[in-house]
Amino acid sequence: MKHQPPPQKRAWSLNSRATRGVIFQVLTLALVVAGIWFLWHNMQENMRIRGIESGWNFLGSTAGFDIGETMVEYDPSESYGKAIWVGVLNTLKVAVVGIVLTTLLGVLIGVGRFSRNALVRGLCYGYVELFRNVPILLQLLMWYLIFIEVLPPSNEAWNMAGLFFLSKGGLSFPFPTDGVGQVLAGAAIGLVGAWFWRDRKQKHFELTGQNSNRIWGPAALILIFAVVGWAVAGMPTTWDVPKQLVFMVDGGVAATPEFMAVLVGLVIYTAAFIAEVVRSGIQSVSAGQVEAALALGLNQKQNMKLVVLPQALRVIIPPMTNQYLNLTKNSSLAVAVGYPDVVSIANTTINQSGRAVECIAIIMLVYLATSLSTSAFMNWYNQRMAIKER
Amino acid sequence: MADTFIPIASRPSPVKVTGVAPWMRHNLFANWRSSLTTLFVIGLVLYVLPGFANWAVFNAVVRADADACQAARGVGACWGVVTEKYRLILFGRYPFEQHWRPLLATSIMVGGLVLSCVRYFWKPWLVTMWVGVLAVFFTLMGGGIFGLEPVRTDLWGGLPLTIMLATLSIFLAFPIAILVALGRRSHLPAIRSVCIVYIELIRGVPLISVLFMASFMFPLFMPQGMTIDVLVRVVVGITLFAAAYMAEIIRGGLQALPKGQLEAADTLGLSYWQTQRKIVLPQALAMTVPTMMGNFISIFKDTSLVFIVSLYELVGAMSLALNSDVNWRPFKIEAYLFITLVYFIFCISMSRYSLWVEKQLSASKAR
Amino acid sequence: MSEESIIKFDQVNKWYGNDFHVLRDINLDVAKGERIVVCGPSGSGKSTLIRCINRLEEHQQGRLTVDGVEITDDVKAIDKVRKNVGMVFQQFNLFPHLTVLENLTLSPMWVGKMAKKEAEERAMQQLERVRIAEQAAKFPLQLSGGQQQRVAIARALCLTPKIMLFDEPTSALDPEMVKEVLDVMLELANQGITMICVTHEMGFAKAVADRVIFMDQGQIVEENTPEAFFNNPQNERSKDFLSKILGH
Repeated sequence: MKHQPPPQKRAWSLNSRATRGVIFQVLTLALVVAGIWFLWHNMQENMRIRGIESGWNFLGSTAGFDIGETMVEYDPSESYGKAIWVGVLNTLKVAVVGIVLTTLLGVLIGVGRFSRNALVRGLCYGYVELFRNVPILLQLLMWYLIFIEVLPPSNEAWNMAGLFFLSKGGLSFPFPTDGVGQVLAGAAIGLVGAWFWRDRKQKHFELTGQNSNRIWGPAALILIFAVVGWAVAGMPTTWDVPKQLVFMVDGGVAATPEFMAVLVGLVIYTAAFIAEVVRSGIQSVSAGQVEAALALGLNQKQNMKLVVLPQALRVIIPPMTNQYLNLTKNSSLAVAVGYPDVVSIANTTINQSGRAVECIAIIMLVYLATSLSTSAFMNWYNQRMAIKER
Repeated sequence: MADTFIPIASRPSPVKVTGVAPWMRHNLFANWRSSLTTLFVIGLVLYVLPGFANWAVFNAVVRADADACQAARGVGACWGVVTEKYRLILFGRYPFEQHWRPLLATSIMVGGLVLSCVRYFWKPWLVTMWVGVLAVFFTLMGGGIFGLEPVRTDLWGGLPLTIMLATLSIFLAFPIAILVALGRRSHLPAIRSVCIVYIELIRGVPLISVLFMASFMFPLFMPQGMTIDVLVRVVVGITLFAAAYMAEIIRGGLQALPKGQLEAADTLGLSYWQTQRKIVLPQALAMTVPTMMGNFISIFKDTSLVFIVSLYELVGAMSLALNSDVNWRPFKIEAYLFITLVYFIFCISMSRYSLWVEKQLSASKAR
Repeated sequence: MSEESIIKFDQVNKWYGNDFHVLRDINLDVAKGERIVVCGPSGSGKSTLIRCINRLEEHQQGRLTVDGVEITDDVKAIDKVRKNVGMVFQQFNLFPHLTVLENLTLSPMWVGKMAKKEAEERAMQQLERVRIAEQAAKFPLQLSGGQQQRVAIARALCLTPKIMLFDEPTSALDPEMVKEVLDVMLELANQGITMICVTHEMGFAKAVADRVIFMDQGQIVEENTPEAFFNNPQNERSKDFLSKILGH
């Protein structure tokens, strides 16, 4: 029988689902476009009437305000654009350090919920309940207040071993004057070497069945290369050590009370949520999995490494990434304690230049970029790691 | 090989497993590491607790006496700041003599909320009741009729403001969230794109930027001459923010619904909206209750941010009360602790309620 | 009676908490190569009994000896025992994040210290034994229930155990898959391995068991050859149980 193409669909009946769908969409789009046009038109009118200028050229004009702490060189004669960039760097600084610290703390507390000791379990539970149920803004303000009230004035800072100074002026710690770059580069090379070492060990294990420790060797390798980097830099031994002067502490690298308040507040708050994510991840691995592993003769360490952790991590990583995003977004509250993050600087810019729309757009763009890239990473991760089912 | 069978009676265990001593042995002193930890924690508590108890309770000043508080600085807590300023903290800049109005309005709203939590009252007239409660609330707070002195919305503050913002935003966001969630799952690409853009945009930015947008840009969006009340701007901002998150949660519930439900509804001849209303939404929403409650708690906590756009809820009211009064300004920590307690009580009640609801729902599912 | 018992229960008692006496004065000798079916109503302690053998459950009183090793809290003894005892669970408990082949090579490589190639060869042999070799590269959740349980049996066999324990292996399967698993167990039974099987499948018991043990409320009520037990139960409780499961 000759192959016949399928019969043509009768097009454009008003009752067909397809037609209705198209009409519905056209109407909705028209509505949305009309709505946006209406708002936009009003905005243009209002801005014209109020004499508010628009445009992005303000980014080139002089900022005229100083910024409390900066990661790059900055002075008030620089442009608004530079000031906002400083803000972005400050946000990144607190976000990156915060994410590292909160992961450590959150995982500790999350695992502590399963401790054999009832006191540890209770303390972890209490920690989570306390810090999850108080608004983050309140926590930031409290930490800032505590640092300001409790810390001594700069002329009589607390010091530890004469190297670390803590006062209302901040936390000063010693930092090497040079060679840092070379040491880090050495460590990076060592890291690559360590990766190859572990790869060789894995192949050896597969070949012979003998498993040996894979931590100490690679760690030593990283250390050795870091030392080599230090040697290449000329073996510098000078450190910028803070000293207590009459009125203040000078030298070293200082973390301001504002930075510390934001960091500590964010870390402690987010750790409570991460602890819950870790706890539910570990709980999601059914007891039967552990029993099967034990019945096969695996010991506790192997059980954790080969059976529980791989499955738990798949459940933990997506919400954990979400918490990282929340920490980054919550860092916008730094404006309440005076830490110059991007929102705080944009706020000052709005007050001075009147360009509310543009500045808010910049803020949203910065955070959107972070969120969308993290979402993209998470989607990729989920697809790769998904447990394959029918 | 059949011996006569003698049933063996049950005996109690020779090694006691339950009871205080065995519990302590198993949970506190199971091995040397656990025992060390127990001793360490107890030592820490014994070291810290007396000092803290002295500061917070024994040496504390409760009377509203600024001088006594100054004298006790560093040694005892000054709860007098709470005794003195609690009305300013709780009610913000609302006219002092009219404080009975926000008190009554808040009590009615909280009463309405508690009522809505009890399963017995989950009837259709609940919605009407809520419209009534909100009407009463705004009349009492705003005044202007029934002989009540009018009070501008920018004077509203403190706890009534917090509760109102949270409740109103959630109330308004709910229908929006349902529509957006359904839209995101729609087969029509235009609708789906609009919803996705909305959700991803809002979820990708911090609440503070949405509040800034609402506060600075909303007036610009309105036709010339129309002024928007500051409270309205903030409610719109929080509502739009909350709706995006709630839409994602509802979408999760919709996804978890077995496809068979939709197919069954189709074969019964139900239209799209009938299916959603009668079959899909009741089940999907029930599945999302725990996550949704968590979201409500977040929104409640997030209302504290309106402090940054000059609405004086609890935190803002407290700053206002203390910054303007030199005598009491040094005692901010105690005031902060008071507000922390208020938030904590509300949030933990909500989370306990959420756990209770979860248990109720899973009990109805268990065979 | 017990010159070569590979498993010996001597007045074994177990409690959950203070008062739930789940195993009462269990005395049981299992000879090498013997095939035993344990049956009984739910809550009778049959699963607990076999889980004590590889220390997934701990007994509080009495002596339990497996292959000459007494089972106590001694971790080394437990490890030795677990290398010789294979277990198949009702819920399969395959590791979903590993392929079928990786599920099987896990223990030989990490516990048995085998090289990967050797472990994989042995794994493929076991997979062929249960007739599922073509699924080696798939993931467990891509297989049907019956296939998963057969993989679970192969995984336990990779250790070359002297004893195989089955805890209701077909109870979680759809009816049409029960046969494929029972066929594999039948073949296994005819190859000389010591088997203890908790099951409700009485046809299997009749075909394979050397001894049927009936448990109720934590104690062994009756033990006999299958013919004797099914045709002529001696005890009221046994009769009652049999009428319930064979009646319809």
